[in-house]
Amino acid sequence: MNARWEVVIGLETHAQLSTAAKIFSGASTAFGAAPNTQAAAVDIALPGVLPVLNRGAVERAIRFGLAVGGTIAPSSVFARKNYFYPDLPKGYQISQYEIPVVQGGTVTITTPAGEKTVRLTRAHLEEDAGKSLHEDFHGMTGIDLNRAGTPLLEIVSEPDLRSAEEAVAYARTLHALVRWIGICDGNMQEGSFRCDANVSVRPAGSTTLGTRAEIKNLNSFRFLERAIQFEVRRQVELIEDGGKVVQETRLYDPDRDETRSMRSKEDAQDYRYFPDPDLPPLVIDAAWIARVKASMPELPAAKKARFESQYALASADAAHVSASPELAAYYESAVAALPAGIANGPKLVANWMQGELAASLHRADLDIAQSPVGAAALGGLIARIADQTISGKLAKDVFDAMWAGEGDADAIIAARGLRQISDTGAIDALIDGVLAANPAIVAEFHAGKEKAFNALVGKVMAASKGKANPAQVNAALRSKL
Amino acid sequence: MALTLDDVRRIAHLARIDIDADEAAAVHAKLGTIFAMIDELNAVDTEGVAPMSHAQDMAMPLRDDAVTESDHHALYQAQAPAVEDGLYLVPRVIE
Repeated sequence: MNARWEVVIGLETHAQLSTAAKIFSGASTAFGAAPNTQAAAVDIALPGVLPVLNRGAVERAIRFGLAVGGTIAPSSVFARKNYFYPDLPKGYQISQYEIPVVQGGTVTITTPAGEKTVRLTRAHLEEDAGKSLHEDFHGMTGIDLNRAGTPLLEIVSEPDLRSAEEAVAYARTLHALVRWIGICDGNMQEGSFRCDANVSVRPAGSTTLGTRAEIKNLNSFRFLERAIQFEVRRQVELIEDGGKVVQETRLYDPDRDETRSMRSKEDAQDYRYFPDPDLPPLVIDAAWIARVKASMPELPAAKKARFESQYALASADAAHVSASPELAAYYESAVAALPAGIANGPKLVANWMQGELAASLHRADLDIAQSPVGAAALGGLIARIADQTISGKLAKDVFDAMWAGEGDADAIIAARGLRQISDTGAIDALIDGVLAANPAIVAEFHAGKEKAFNALVGKVMAASKGKANPAQVNAALRSKL
Repeated sequence: MALTLDDVRRIAHLARIDIDADEAAAVHAKLGTIFAMIDELNAVDTEGVAPMSHAQDMAMPLRDDAVTESDHHALYQAQAPAVEDGLYLVPRVIE
């Protein structure tokens, strides 16, 4: 990206709310059912039916509003967004327009450049449309209305993002947050979390916004990043060649890695919103908000800050072990399993979770909740490292044995005779043996070669099969030489 | 606020209503009287009055989040012009 241009991005994110039933009908929202078997009379817009709002969808919107510090509107209004498409049987989508349920709020993102606060404009409730299948049905299009009426929360950010990387950091943070507070399963393959990106460029230093293009339906973080990068290049080249950006909707094609204009929706921009006469205002009183507030989990930022202070963790360590409720629960259980008085125990647990445990989970394609080595078991292993029963190096073998189901740390250490040798007499005997067998290396050391010392330590450790206490070996060897 | 004949044609197009020139002129005249009434309403001083979004002064009734509907797609699809593999078939939509 060249320095003469500033990129301005705002995201509109659709999070599918994790309700059992649809937003305005009692049909199931379960994914993957046979076509149209979960489309009730309201969803297919039979005449004479009326929508009734799902309390669970409102509750999830309130949770989101509280999590981002937004205002929960005491009264908000549903509106009809009018357009024609075969997967929208009513001829309008029920959404919120002038008065959305959540107003304002912020999301804090972390980028290599540091922390940044992204302002939210709003979050509003709406229904999803059905699905059009363009495979060949004798030259016709197939319509599946199972998804019609699925509750969505559309989360709109201010144009505060300045690069594709920031946009991805924001989307990832939001994705983690909606899962954290239990309002969306975050499954991007199934379309439960998808983004539209409003992208424009302007000369560096300018304060007026350039004309934006909207890239629709980005359902992976990688596509989001690449679509924005492509779109920024396209707009800069267009302007530098004397052209003008046209306000339009574009689609990203991952196969060609480019965005393309969606010309067919040219006059679809006039949605003629008006309040839906079928639905009176949504009233949310303070008591309801208070009840939801009482049921909220500790939020990601608060948990990370607590981990930093309570467990004396560095920011990066705290961020890693608090990245999801499951990781955080594992971390705290493992720390709780440590005996009292191990000063660096919490730090060791964080190291092991990011090291051996993360690597083993990755290799086996498991998530933390499926780990064969439970939190208490990991705590038990780390306790043996902290009290110097075993060295850190042998602990990795013990961990592998625990992973393979050979029992807990103590059982494996006993069975394999891995207990660290800290007995002074035994260590002295090992050192004497090594010194006698390696007079040449000893001579090198006395000639001033410090490397020779390390070679001798290595030989002593090898002679002990890795079990000698390395610190004691160092000290004893030094004094003997 | 004056409504032009072009506005009428545009609204008709957005609503997918096919009207000829005579009909457009007639609708233009009728809509004109409605806009005249809106102008009259606009003359009322509503300073300090909260906007009303619904004719009835009531709060939204809510339903519990529970699945209460069962599958009736065979019944619903009995009246559809074309159906295949459980899908409604419509004239091809080209994107």
